[in-house]
Amino acid sequence: MTQQQYDSISEVLKRQFGEDILDACLEQDFPVFTVAREKWAEVLAFLKNTPELNFHFLTTLCGLHYPDNALPFGLMVQLHNMPANTRVRLKTFAPESDPVFDSLTSIWPSANWMERETYDFYGYRFTGHPDLRRVLNMDSLEGWPMRKEFPLEDPFRQDKDDKMFGR
Amino acid sequence: MSQQLQHLEGYEGPGFLATSLDKAVGLARKNSIWPLPFATSCCGIEFMATMASTYDLGRFGAERLSFSPRQADLLMVMGTIAKKMGPVLRQVYEQMAEPRWVIAVGACASTGGIFDTYSVLQGIDRIIPVDVYVPGCPPRPEQILDGVMKIQDLVASESLRRRDSQEYKDLLASYGIQ
Repeated sequence: MTQQQYDSISEVLKRQFGEDILDACLEQDFPVFTVAREKWAEVLAFLKNTPELNFHFLTTLCGLHYPDNALPFGLMVQLHNMPANTRVRLKTFAPESDPVFDSLTSIWPSANWMERETYDFYGYRFTGHPDLRRVLNMDSLEGWPMRKEFPLEDPFRQDKDDKMFGR
Repeated sequence: MSQQLQHLEGYEGPGFLATSLDKAVGLARKNSIWPLPFATSCCGIEFMATMASTYDLGRFGAERLSFSPRQADLLMVMGTIAKKMGPVLRQVYEQMAEPRWVIAVGACASTGGIFDTYSVLQGIDRIIPVDVYVPGCPPRPEQILDGVMKIQDLVASESLRRRDSQEYKDLLASYGIQ
């Protein structure tokens, strides 16, 4: 994306949402906007439905975890404007005590499984999601595997216990 | 066939062989195993080579793959079994009729292999009993054939109604099956 394209998108967003666009930058050639959590669904609906932006396709939706940040739990989506072949990335962040975000399923039905996957691996709640349950992991799994504090090694493995490895 | 009969103990004369029924049935069973391939990853590719002309599992009477567990004798588990897949594998095993045998092909099916992680079953023997383990990542077709031949030895020497033995019942009970 050119600087000019980025400037025009950035201007439209800032004119509409003002202070709720917390951060905007062009990383390499990829525009990244950080928005306030309260405006999450509203900003994304605006990006989809405004004709001059027309980011109609939801490409990616996933969680982020930065344990050292004040707002450690993040959510990221990437959108695609196919006619213009331009893309944007949006992020929003929540505090550790309250990882709850607005669901995008009313805007893009395809967000359904992506949000389920994010719930599955990060434990985020999505308000307005019709069927928030695990999708990839087994139902009996306890914990949220993609959070940094989750132990990756299987604790039930017998050939790696203390007797063999002294740990 | 005459080569296979050479391994059979019994009273032999010109043109006949007298032996016990379980040995004769064991001979028939071991040379007509119907395998059920449960292939989830790269070991399954090696199994395809094992079935194809160069290695040809058909030489051991096992060319007829059974894609229904109900007619299968030998469950061949080849590849990583995720914990979410565990109940499916167990259900497949439970649907197989007696007598049944299980071979774990490759490091993942045997121990979890390199996938020492929360989502992968650390060896299928955590949910179903296993008769023969074939190591390797993935094992060569020769190794898979060797494992099948070990299964054949088991099949030939086991009692006709293994399911009635107390040891076998205890084994299944330890897995909570039946």
